[in-house]
Amino acid sequence: MWSMSDPSAARSGSLPVIPPLLAVAMRPLPLLPLQLILSGVLQRILQRNPAIFDRLGEHSRARFGIEPTDLPFSFVVEASPPRLGVVHVLPRDLDARIRTSLASLLALLEGKVDGDALMFSRDLVIEGNVEAILALRNAIDDAQLDLVEELSSLFGPLGRPARRALAMARERVLGASHRHGGF
Amino acid sequence: MELICPAGTPAALKSAIEAGADAIYCGFNDETNARNFPGLNFSRDEMRRGIALAHRSGAKVLVAINTFPRAGGVDLWHRAVDDAVSAGADALILADIGLMDYAARRHPNQRLHVSVQAAAANPDAIAFYVEAFGARRVVLPRVLSVPEIAEITREAACETEVFVFGGLCVMAEGRCSLSSYATGKSPNMQGVCSPASHVVYQQTPQGTNSRLGGFTINRFGPDEPAGYPTLCKGRFSTELGTGYIFEDPVSLDATTLLKGLRDAGVTALKIEGRQRGRAYVDSVVRHFRGALDALAGGREADIASLKPFTEGQASTVGAYRKTWK
Repeated sequence: MWSMSDPSAARSGSLPVIPPLLAVAMRPLPLLPLQLILSGVLQRILQRNPAIFDRLGEHSRARFGIEPTDLPFSFVVEASPPRLGVVHVLPRDLDARIRTSLASLLALLEGKVDGDALMFSRDLVIEGNVEAILALRNAIDDAQLDLVEELSSLFGPLGRPARRALAMARERVLGASHRHGGF
Repeated sequence: MELICPAGTPAALKSAIEAGADAIYCGFNDETNARNFPGLNFSRDEMRRGIALAHRSGAKVLVAINTFPRAGGVDLWHRAVDDAVSAGADALILADIGLMDYAARRHPNQRLHVSVQAAAANPDAIAFYVEAFGARRVVLPRVLSVPEIAEITREAACETEVFVFGGLCVMAEGRCSLSSYATGKSPNMQGVCSPASHVVYQQTPQGTNSRLGGFTINRFGPDEPAGYPTLCKGRFSTELGTGYIFEDPVSLDATTLLKGLRDAGVTALKIEGRQRGRAYVDSVVRHFRGALDALAGGREADIASLKPFTEGQASTVGAYRKTWK
């Protein structure tokens, strides 16, 4: 499904996309289970990284629409109170919209790509409140998120095998540039 | 030559250290520094912890307090100086002569650097900062050629630092009012050039329109590389045609000029980009660490292109290789 020939791709912005046929096949899937899982991940991230709220500042109540260009659904995300919705079509009353591929989105969340570089290469499109988007980008970049860690924590006693499987998946999507450590 | 690297967040500071920075420059999260962007910069506590982490790793931290104090509001800048000193900053990067005076009198043992925002571009101007305030280093504007830098460095009474990568400001820094004209806010006073609060991106069938303070300053075609929404890099239509009046969207990359800068006597090389993410900091710092190590070892640098990180996906050596007068 994914291919990653250039190990520096995650940093340079040339990341793989989901094949259109697979995206079409995903369209009938129910969104609620995904929404429940991702809502749990969001809650956990915000609980473990309260500095995100400091960096979001006055934009902590902003509603962000995130549209992965290679998926048949999108996300509506709010930090305070933490809410995440999975929808087929983004509502109109959002503060800001962010469009990019799923792989770029994941790489951005983990700080593996530079948001400005994605803008320069036109792999990232933003609309709406640019100040809120910048605050979000900087808050996430500073949080040093580890998505494998966050997702695998939801699997309880199966966390260890889940972590292994998710780490392998991340390796295929984003390459070997992952870094650990906190401030 | 010292490698001076940007950090807009504590995480970026850590990335810069791990990537081989000799020193990191950063600022407080208010209008006292010229990168006062939303969600960026350091609280007092983060600054203290960041400096401690850098010192444990053998790196220095230079605190940028390089905007010009507001009339009636100078206390904010004085507090920034005092807090940076008490946090253990290795140097303060200052632009305003009143603030330089305050820092020199209040903290006579504190190392002071003259910010690029001071636009000190000749030996006489530099001598003033050295004689009046004991400045130890000057960051030179990005409008000088390498031979000019060599000449200034030879005559300067302090160390010189030059930019080697990142945003290429072609104006007299600290004097430019383009952002202020369009938005009422400037890097000199509020610490923001083309503030995000005044930027609008509109998606149209013809491409992306970027607007600043109500002015349309560019339209990028669907697959055309884009740049920052700054007036100096705007593309304008006039009766003579459509094009970039001041400069194309492009980033400075002086990798190929490192030997010339070393021979010119430059002490430190600065990477622009406190507003950029950890991925930028990590890759660009590693690139220049490798290039400097290769230069020191007399080897050819085997370095990857930094093109993906450049504005407009293009780079230039700018005025360093000046072909005009």
